[in-house]
Amino acid sequence: MKTPFILSSALAIHAAIVAHEADIESLDRAIGDGDHYINMKRGSEMIAGMYNELLPLPPEEALQKISMKLLSTIGGASGPLFASFFMGMSKYLKEHHAKINETNMHLETAAAFAYGVQSMMMRGKSNVGEKTMLDVLVPVSTTFTTMAAQGKSVAEICAAVKNAADKGLEYTRDLLATKGRAAGLGERAIGHLDPGAKSCQVMTHTVCDLVLKEMKQ
Amino acid sequence: MKKFINSTDALLKGSLTGFGQAHADLVQVHFEPAYVTRAKPAQNKVAIVSGGGSGHEPLHAGYIGYGMLDAACPGQVFTSPTPDQMLAAAEVVHAGKGILFIVKNYAGDVMNFEMAAEMLPFDHATVLTSDDCAVINSTYTTGRRGVAGTVIVEKCVGSLAETGASLHACQLLGNKVNARTASIGVALTSCTVPAAGRPTFDISDSELEMGVGIHGEPGRRREAMREADSIVGDCVAAILADLKTTLENDTSKDILLLVNGLGATPLMELYLIYNTAAKLLGDAGLNISRSLVGNYTTAIDMAGASITVCLLDDEIRQHWDSPVHTPALRWGR
Repeated sequence: MKTPFILSSALAIHAAIVAHEADIESLDRAIGDGDHYINMKRGSEMIAGMYNELLPLPPEEALQKISMKLLSTIGGASGPLFASFFMGMSKYLKEHHAKINETNMHLETAAAFAYGVQSMMMRGKSNVGEKTMLDVLVPVSTTFTTMAAQGKSVAEICAAVKNAADKGLEYTRDLLATKGRAAGLGERAIGHLDPGAKSCQVMTHTVCDLVLKEMKQ
Repeated sequence: MKKFINSTDALLKGSLTGFGQAHADLVQVHFEPAYVTRAKPAQNKVAIVSGGGSGHEPLHAGYIGYGMLDAACPGQVFTSPTPDQMLAAAEVVHAGKGILFIVKNYAGDVMNFEMAAEMLPFDHATVLTSDDCAVINSTYTTGRRGVAGTVIVEKCVGSLAETGASLHACQLLGNKVNARTASIGVALTSCTVPAAGRPTFDISDSELEMGVGIHGEPGRRREAMREADSIVGDCVAAILADLKTTLENDTSKDILLLVNGLGATPLMELYLIYNTAAKLLGDAGLNISRSLVGNYTTAIDMAGASITVCLLDDEIRQHWDSPVHTPALRWGR
C-alpha cells in the first residue's frame, strides 16, 4: 500500500459518500439520529483536503495523520472508531515495515486492515452481529486475508471483498441493534439496514473499484 | 427548514460567540478547539468538565459557573465533541485536584471522553449519566441514555466540588445522584438538525413518540396522540417502575421533580404537565420537596417534554439547595 493510493482512495471515498447522501441519510433517519452522513462527509472532506500535506509521507505516517485528523474533526462515535481503525493500520505498518515487499504486499495489506478492524472493535467494545459497521468490515477483512493467503489475483480478491461487503450490509437488516444510537429501538430496528454498515459498504466498493481501475491503467 | 441562521457551517461559532458576549461576567468561550470555561478559573478544587453535542442548550455550557461546571466542550449539533477539545479545556481549568468528566451515556460521547482521559496528564475520573428509563437496560446494550437528569448530577457534583472535596468523593456523589434519578421523554414533533435541513423523523399530527431520546432517536413506541393527563400518567408510571427498588429500600419519600421542555413546547404546557405529574406522584406517596420547570436539556426545536424524578436524601438535597451562579441556573448568590 503506497501513500498516493491511500490519497486517491480518500478522494474517491469523499466523492462516493457525497454521491450516496440520500441512501445513508434515509437509513440514519429511520434508526439513528440523523448525523451520520454529515459526520462522514465532514471527515472525508478533511482527509481529501490534506492531499498535498500527506503526499510526501510514508504510508504509516500518512495513516497516523489521517487518524488524528478524524479524531479531532468527526466527533460522535464514528470519530474515535475510524481514528482507531487508521491508527491500527498505521501501527501495523510501522512494526512490519521492514518485511513488506512486492510479493507479500497483498497479504500484508490485508493484515494491516485486519489490525485496523481489531483496533476499532476494541475501542467500540463491539463485535459482529450488533448492527454496526463491523458487520461489513469484519467479513471484508476476513475475506481479504483468506483470498490474499490463497494467492488469488487482485481482480478475484476485489470481487470477493465487494461481495462480502454486500452480504454483511444485508445481514444487518434483520438484526436487533445492541450498540450505538439504534440500541434504544429494540425490535423496531429490525428491517432496516444499518447506516454505518451502509457507508462502510460504499467505501469498500469505492476502494476496490479504484484498485481495479489502477490495475487496468 | 426555517431557522435564524446565516449558514449551517457558521451557526455554532456564531451562537457560541453570542453566548460568550451575553454572559461575559461568567464564561469565556475559546475556539479551535472549541470549549467554554468560567470567566475566572476556580482554585484548589476538582475541576468539573462536561460536554456533548450542541443542540441541547443550555446543557452544558449554560451550567458553567460557581457551584456547577468549570468547563464544557460543545460538539457539532448532536455529535460528541472530540478529545482535543476536552484536553484543551482540562489544561485550562485543572486546579490541582484532578478532573472529573460528566458524560451522558452515548457511545460517541463515552469513546471520545475515554480517549481524552487516556491522554490526560492529570488525575481524572468519569461519571456517566444514564437516567433515561425509556431504554431497557441489558448486558447486551450500550445501556440507558443520559438525558435531563444530567443537570441534577452536574448541580450536585458541582456543589460538592466547591467545598474542596476529593475527586473520588465527587465521583461517588455523581454516581449516587445518577442511580437515584429516572427520566422519560415524549416527542410531539421531530427536531430538525440544521445541516440536514429537514426533520429527523416523520410523525403525524395524530401520533406521539413515547420514550424519545434528546436527539430525536426513537424511543419505546409510537403511540396515538391523546390528552395530556394520559400521556403524563404513562410517563410517571414508567419512572415509578424504574425507581421501584430504590423506593422500597429508602425511608425518605422526598423527591425533586424536573419537567423539562425539549425546545418547542411552551412553559404553559410544561406547567400543565407538572400539575398532573405532581398529583400522580403525590398519590404514589411521594413528597415533592424541590422542583424545576423549564427548558434545561433540549433537542433543538422538538415539541415535547421530559419528566425527571430524583429521589432526594439529605446530602443530595443540601447540594441541590446550595448557591449556584451560571447563565442558566442561578440561586443563593
